[in-house]
Amino acid sequence: MKKLESSLLNMVLVLTGVAVIMGGILAFVNHLTEGPIADQKAKALADGIKSVMCVDDLQVANTDTVKQTDAKGKELIYVIYETKDAQGHELGAAVESTTGGFGGNLKVLVGFNTEGQILGYTLLEHAETPGLGAKADKWFQKGEKGDIIGLTPAQPLTVSKDGGKVDAITASTITSRAFLLAVNNAYNAYKAAPIDAESGATKKSE
Amino acid sequence: MNAIQIIKNGIVKENPTFVLMLGMCPTLATTTSAGNGMSMGLATMAVLICTNVVISCLKSVTPDKVRIPVFIVVIAAFVTLLQMVIKAYLPEVDASLGLFIPLIVVNCIILGRAEAFAAKNSPVASLFDGIGIGLGFTLGLTLLGMCRELLGSGSIFGFTLIPETYNILLFVLPPGAFITLGFLIAIVNKIRN
Repeated sequence: MKKLESSLLNMVLVLTGVAVIMGGILAFVNHLTEGPIADQKAKALADGIKSVMCVDDLQVANTDTVKQTDAKGKELIYVIYETKDAQGHELGAAVESTTGGFGGNLKVLVGFNTEGQILGYTLLEHAETPGLGAKADKWFQKGEKGDIIGLTPAQPLTVSKDGGKVDAITASTITSRAFLLAVNNAYNAYKAAPIDAESGATKKSE
Repeated sequence: MNAIQIIKNGIVKENPTFVLMLGMCPTLATTTSAGNGMSMGLATMAVLICTNVVISCLKSVTPDKVRIPVFIVVIAAFVTLLQMVIKAYLPEVDASLGLFIPLIVVNCIILGRAEAFAAKNSPVASLFDGIGIGLGFTLGLTLLGMCRELLGSGSIFGFTLIPETYNILLFVLPPGAFITLGFLIAIVNKIRN
């Protein structure tokens, strides 16, 4: 079959046509996958809160957003999910905190008990190198090399290279620093947050 | 050429990783483990099959002077589509490879096969070329990932075979990717000749 001649009209028509059709297909698939993607995110968050608080049966009593401006003038947003168990006892809070990692934003969810001890953590979003920085999801867990569970970041946690006591991930010091900064920030946001469960409480049940 | 020959051509004679040396960026970056390498290979294969078929169908209505922009629009659309599907239904893959999926757009295997094969052959032949080259790429990445994971983390597909004390971390790091790839290319080419 003979090729279409490269006249201006043909080129414009073909390129526009292809772009419009592909755009339409994308819009359609986006429409189909929008729901499942939002569900995945919500599920990841709900599972995350449960896993970092180390309790299966809990309720998010209060969601609080704290905004801070860091030294460089960048706005940092922390989301604090205060949790209670089924009987209504305070368990502490899961705090979402974001810092700049090695490959992009590093968003972690850290669980604190009411005294500020770390109960658990999980990575919500990251762009760290697979096999290196991405190991942060396991490295700092209980019993692993960089175990931070049970520590209280009243004194900021730092990696051993910076004089701290946490072992950094091998060959991923930047990720480790970013991770510990996110944990420290989360602690500060949690401790500075007003512990007033009544004001603006948005009751959510799991 | 019949279907079997085209597929064999993609895996052996024109293997993208070991012979054509195309798509080196994802090859080196994502093969820190066998699983990662295989996921990346399969994702690329899915895009390659779709773009090859569509571009082959469009070849007679595509004026020569705008063929590259047309190819890129088609490729970018399919990669975005794949990314949305992975985000929605395969969250584990998204967590480990999410960063590299959008980069398939600029993977030269895809544009290379569009230009070298799909633009000159029938949609059916292009489909088989996509499968062949895709399998070749997946095979190359999985092999490279297996070697690096075994030497660097002492495991294959997550199953630990060598105790951690004997792991050579270098092989999980970028230099290990170059060293392993170099040796694999040498070995594969020795066997092929």
